[in-house]
Amino acid sequence: MAFKTSKNLILSAILAVASVSGMAFAAGGGVYGDYKMKHPDWSFNGAFGTYDRAAAQRGYQVYREVCAACHSLKYVAFRHLGDEGAPFYLEDFPNPSDNPYVKNFAADWQVADIDSETGDVIERTGIAADYFPQPFPNDAAARASNGGSLPPDLSSMVKARSGGADYLYNLLISYDTPKPDSVELTPGLHWNPVMDGGKIAMAAPLSDELVTYEPTETMYNGELKLVDPPVATVEQMASDLTQFLAWTADPKLEQRKGVGLMTIVYLLILSLLLFLSYKRVWRNVKH
Amino acid sequence: MSGPSTYEPKYAAAKWMDQRLPIIRMGADFMTFPSPRNLNYWYTFGGILALCLVVQILSGVILAMHYVADVDKAFASVQRIRRDVPFGWLLQSMHAVGASMFFLAVYMHMFRGLYYGSYKAPREVIWILGCAIYLVMMATAFLGYTLPWGQMSFWGATVITGFFSAVPIVGESLQQWLLGGYAVDNATLQRFFALHYLLPFVIAALVGLHVWALHHVGQNNPIGISEKTESDTLSFHPFYTVKDAFAIAVFLVIFAVFLFYLPDALGHADNYIEADAMKTPPHIVPEWYFLPFYAILRAVPDKLAGILLMLGAIIVLFILPWLDTHKVRSMRFRPVARWFFLIFIVFCFILGWCGAGVPDDVAIKLGSKMVDGVKVDSGITFYRLGQVATIYYFAYFLIILPVLGLVEKPIKRPDSITKAVLGDGKRGAALAPAE
Repeated sequence: MAFKTSKNLILSAILAVASVSGMAFAAGGGVYGDYKMKHPDWSFNGAFGTYDRAAAQRGYQVYREVCAACHSLKYVAFRHLGDEGAPFYLEDFPNPSDNPYVKNFAADWQVADIDSETGDVIERTGIAADYFPQPFPNDAAARASNGGSLPPDLSSMVKARSGGADYLYNLLISYDTPKPDSVELTPGLHWNPVMDGGKIAMAAPLSDELVTYEPTETMYNGELKLVDPPVATVEQMASDLTQFLAWTADPKLEQRKGVGLMTIVYLLILSLLLFLSYKRVWRNVKH
Repeated sequence: MSGPSTYEPKYAAAKWMDQRLPIIRMGADFMTFPSPRNLNYWYTFGGILALCLVVQILSGVILAMHYVADVDKAFASVQRIRRDVPFGWLLQSMHAVGASMFFLAVYMHMFRGLYYGSYKAPREVIWILGCAIYLVMMATAFLGYTLPWGQMSFWGATVITGFFSAVPIVGESLQQWLLGGYAVDNATLQRFFALHYLLPFVIAALVGLHVWALHHVGQNNPIGISEKTESDTLSFHPFYTVKDAFAIAVFLVIFAVFLFYLPDALGHADNYIEADAMKTPPHIVPEWYFLPFYAILRAVPDKLAGILLMLGAIIVLFILPWLDTHKVRSMRFRPVARWFFLIFIVFCFILGWCGAGVPDDVAIKLGSKMVDGVKVDSGITFYRLGQVATIYYFAYFLIILPVLGLVEKPIKRPDSITKAVLGDGKRGAALAPAE
């Protein structure tokens, strides 16, 4: 009977997992033409994966210098960059508003505000609490400047497309694959095999050496060390930007996996103890 | 099997209370409720479901403190919960993944009831209350999915409320009355939020009735033979509290794996895009737990007929106690019915698969053909497969079970739970715990 009950338990658990995961269909991006999707081994994949700080910092530079001209990041504030698990987190500055990187980046932007004395619309230097300013005052202005297409907000982009980080990375690096004749482009559209139908309004945003990577400073054993940057190839920039936007889409990823590990270890121990209790309570009972 | 109460107040205060409001007695009787001694792990989903409801209500109440039901702010407020509210990322995921876990458990619970004949006399009312809970759960889940105001929220709400426009004559007025306007908009979002907050408490009340009825008639069990003597039963506590607790812990491990490592596996990427009334997503699909019904809806080309079929798929559950007239409850002793039941489960999965697929796509490839000089797969489309599965779904309830009720010969059943446990010949084995 003990065998029978555990068989039932295993059976129900398997059916449980199968029915959920079976239904969790992955729609999968429709890749056009002969392009083969690349699946890089992202540092944030897997149960213990974390973000690559240096790459995400370079990714911020790419966003700032390239993407930010058209794409908003409206759910991200400067202070988020210095949160725990964020690319510019420093242990010495638990309050991200004090973080020197965060203060510098914020000061790098002009933010619209109202003068509290006069009520006039003014521009002032950004502070840590500000959200990333949007490149256009409204959607109509964004469309007008981009041939009728609306550049999507990038805050949750990695989560908002099936394929996630791989989708974004492949989209950015695949512009130069040969276009099949079956794809006919109208003015204002560009060929991209990762995009549905092979057509995208955004022109290839990256080209080799488009940004000049600075050496990154990393806190190592309490000392600031300078790390030489990689060469800014399209693949490198795409990969770095993907790291950065993976973080903006899922800023609590590291916290989530950390809490998850402890929770699951706890639950497994609890399950074991409860199973032993069950065996003890039922030890003389036929069932 | 509720029997007379065995509770005796030990303290003066407890005695005082017992004479005025016997609430301690109620709790004590609940804990010592005589349960069949042969309940297996399939019977733990009731407890698991109670926990799911509590998790959803607790996480939901806290989320409601941070959520803004306004078309211009809803999406941003959910982003704020995920990014800025302390442990908001955990609560929001717990609530969203929790909905899937709730449905997972309820489907297990329902399949259990179908297999062991838990809907048969005298448990028809328990079953009907359960169907009502399931129906309100579906409504709650649908309303809740609208609230994050993503693309799938908006378009899902548009499609589902569009069903009402298919009602003859009053359809359009009915739809506008439900939406509070001509389309899904702010009025819709606000009423959906109000109703999404209300319905879980309706579920809680129905669960109260469900459990009350259960305690009045007693639990069914895997052999479907009623408890006859005391040796057929065990006290709910500690025997089933510990067994349920173990099952709940295992269930929570599965829950935690999804919650912490696959939080988006059960959702749809489009819901991370803010709702846009001007842009229809290429494929509007419901959450996984609605997919079988979505396939039934799309099994016929006519909108009204599809909706009636979908409603019918749930109504047959309500009248099931009168469709299956066979006197034997458990399918362990129904050699023919159990096979039809297993096929039924397979078709439920197939319906889910069809609901997720694009109707005209080939589901089962049988070959290929040339169309305009291009080689394309040919075979059974999701549309056709969905039709076959829909026919089986209804045939199971409306033809197979009623006919088997008349003709099926059950195999030999034990006389009682005790005999089933001990076997007919054995004697002297301890039935009660030693202490």
